[in-house]
Amino acid sequence: MSLFTGHDLICIRGERRVFAAVRFSLPAGGALLLVGANGTGKTSLLRLMAGLGRPADGAIRWNDVDIAEDPESHNARLHFVGHGDAVKPALTARENVAFWAALRGGGDLPSPAEAGFAKAGPDAGLAAFALGPLASVPGRYLSAGQRRRVNLARLAAAPAPLWLLDEPVSALDSDSVARLRNAIARHRAGGGMVALSSHGGLEIPDAVTLDLTDFAAAAA
Amino acid sequence: MKRLDWFANPARFLKVARAVQPWAAGIALGLGAAGLYLGLVASPPDYQQGESVRIMYVHVPAAWMALFCYTMLAMASAVALIWKHPLADLAAKATAPVGAAFTFLALLTGSLWGKPMWGTWWVWDARLTSMLVLFFLYLGYIALNGAFDDPARGAKASAVLALVGFVNVPIIKFSVDWWNTLHQPASVLRAGGPAIHESMLAPLVLMALAFKAYYVWVVLIRIRAEIAAGKIRAARLRATGSAAL
Amino acid sequence: MKPFLAIVRRDVRLAFRQGTDTLMTLAFFVIAVVLFPFGVGPEPNVLARIGGGVVWVAALLASMLALERLFQTDYEDGGLELLALAPMPLQIVVLAKVLAHWLATGLPLAVVAPMLGVLMNVPPDVFPVLVAALLLGTPTLSLIGAIGAGLILGARRGGVLLALLVLPLFIPVLVFGVSAVEVAAQGFSPKASLLILGGLLLAALALGPWAAAAAIRQALE
Repeated sequence: MSLFTGHDLICIRGERRVFAAVRFSLPAGGALLLVGANGTGKTSLLRLMAGLGRPADGAIRWNDVDIAEDPESHNARLHFVGHGDAVKPALTARENVAFWAALRGGGDLPSPAEAGFAKAGPDAGLAAFALGPLASVPGRYLSAGQRRRVNLARLAAAPAPLWLLDEPVSALDSDSVARLRNAIARHRAGGGMVALSSHGGLEIPDAVTLDLTDFAAAAA
Repeated sequence: MKRLDWFANPARFLKVARAVQPWAAGIALGLGAAGLYLGLVASPPDYQQGESVRIMYVHVPAAWMALFCYTMLAMASAVALIWKHPLADLAAKATAPVGAAFTFLALLTGSLWGKPMWGTWWVWDARLTSMLVLFFLYLGYIALNGAFDDPARGAKASAVLALVGFVNVPIIKFSVDWWNTLHQPASVLRAGGPAIHESMLAPLVLMALAFKAYYVWVVLIRIRAEIAAGKIRAARLRATGSAAL
Repeated sequence: MKPFLAIVRRDVRLAFRQGTDTLMTLAFFVIAVVLFPFGVGPEPNVLARIGGGVVWVAALLASMLALERLFQTDYEDGGLELLALAPMPLQIVVLAKVLAHWLATGLPLAVVAPMLGVLMNVPPDVFPVLVAALLLGTPTLSLIGAIGAGLILGARRGGVLLALLVLPLFIPVLVFGVSAVEVAAQGFSPKASLLILGGLLLAALALGPWAAAAAIRQALE
């Protein structure tokens, strides 16, 4: 069983201490919900989890191995959904999803027909977020919510055990939130883990809540 | 953690800086006065260059300092990137304008010397051209360092640039020399001449040492100013932080 | 290799669909060169004398144009984070993006250079050397430029800054690129200059992606 843990994390942005002494433990199939006021470091913590920055002190470990020791293996096991949707205006929705899937080795490069061989793949990703009808629409014609769905489609297009979602429901309509909830439930049922920040709007059954406001107070 | 500890307690460095600074200032002024006296008054004029040889006593040490400062800049940047020592960031930031000023001084004096020697303010001589490129490298560093809203970002980005520039300096020097021999201008009298006479060596060395001491002096002042500015930023952040809570 | 090609293919596709990068670079290249006869007069001997240098300087400035956006658009839309989180070294990602950038801008510059050589009265037997020198030199420009493009992410006035950072570092490529053409025009072998250009390319291949990756990492931190 895999285990994703953080130990006594300290985060410094610029010259400001954002939080200190943060710990978390995420078992297979688990969910971690980050809450807290603006500026308490929800995004910062998710980025540390992804390895986009190093904690000023403390360690983040996967199965007791520091993720900084082998960043590429860590990259291979995670999906990160940040504030930007990374949707290129000149590429169609499908091309956008297919590119990110191909980058993780899970995509179909030569022909779309090949995508049928596995459950994953760009088309599975598009289907999971009801983007089928929009598949050939260029990114520039998509609305903010549709772009976000294209971004989320990566999750289903290439499997990865760890999902790190920063405010995933922003700009989503209620149907899409339900689809995301389903996707997360399926992911967890298969042993996947998810850490997400949210200001509400997405209930996750038996998620562990981590309120970063508590740790910001400790830092000052 | 180091970073926090250090910002919380810069007292150690400040103590050393305060002790060293007057000495550096004294040495800079004393040796500078002696060097200028020997160079401008007590030494004989050159038989070829005449009185204008005296420009060399400023030009040559300034050119040395230009390279010395870039080396210091690269070293401080490497320390800052590898060990994340905040003092190294400040030292690099403090060094850059001093190095740029010395480079500019070398260019200016080179140009002044060139007028009587070459009959023109500027000749695309290999050394002057290399100095000019070095000056651009300094300008790039200073511009990049100041181009970010977050000073920490500027420090990191410019540290990478300083190292890239340092690797490139010998390559640029080599290519400029190659370019210069390819377009050899008609009999350029090389700066410095064939051999340096003793009476010229003493003021040259004195001036070089005075410039080094001046560098220490000014860089210490600049680092102290940066530390003070950092404290002000930290106090402002605390003020806004407590207001938000 | 597959993810590497995926990045190259995406960036080339983006460059051609948006269509502006290649076209803008080439248009700038041609216009910049065409200005010189107006500046120095149409005297064929004068043009032949400065032709190689003018073509090189214009190529160098033109290759700067699309450089600013090499990482900038990905940085702004969040794609750069995802590229940095791809299960491969960031240096390889950089190399893929640089290759795509070169295919979209550097290669076309080398291809149209002989046409500008004709306008500048450069002797036609020098054209192969001019093209070879550009083929060896422009990838180095893209690699060095990638470092600058990484450093200016998130900076104010990135475009002007990029020119200030990168142009001094382009000087060696310019010197040996022009020297290859001039030596060939004088009837000597340009081998030494071309070899040095190749050496510069190898050095840039070894160091450029590494430095650019460091620049990108600190920008994303």
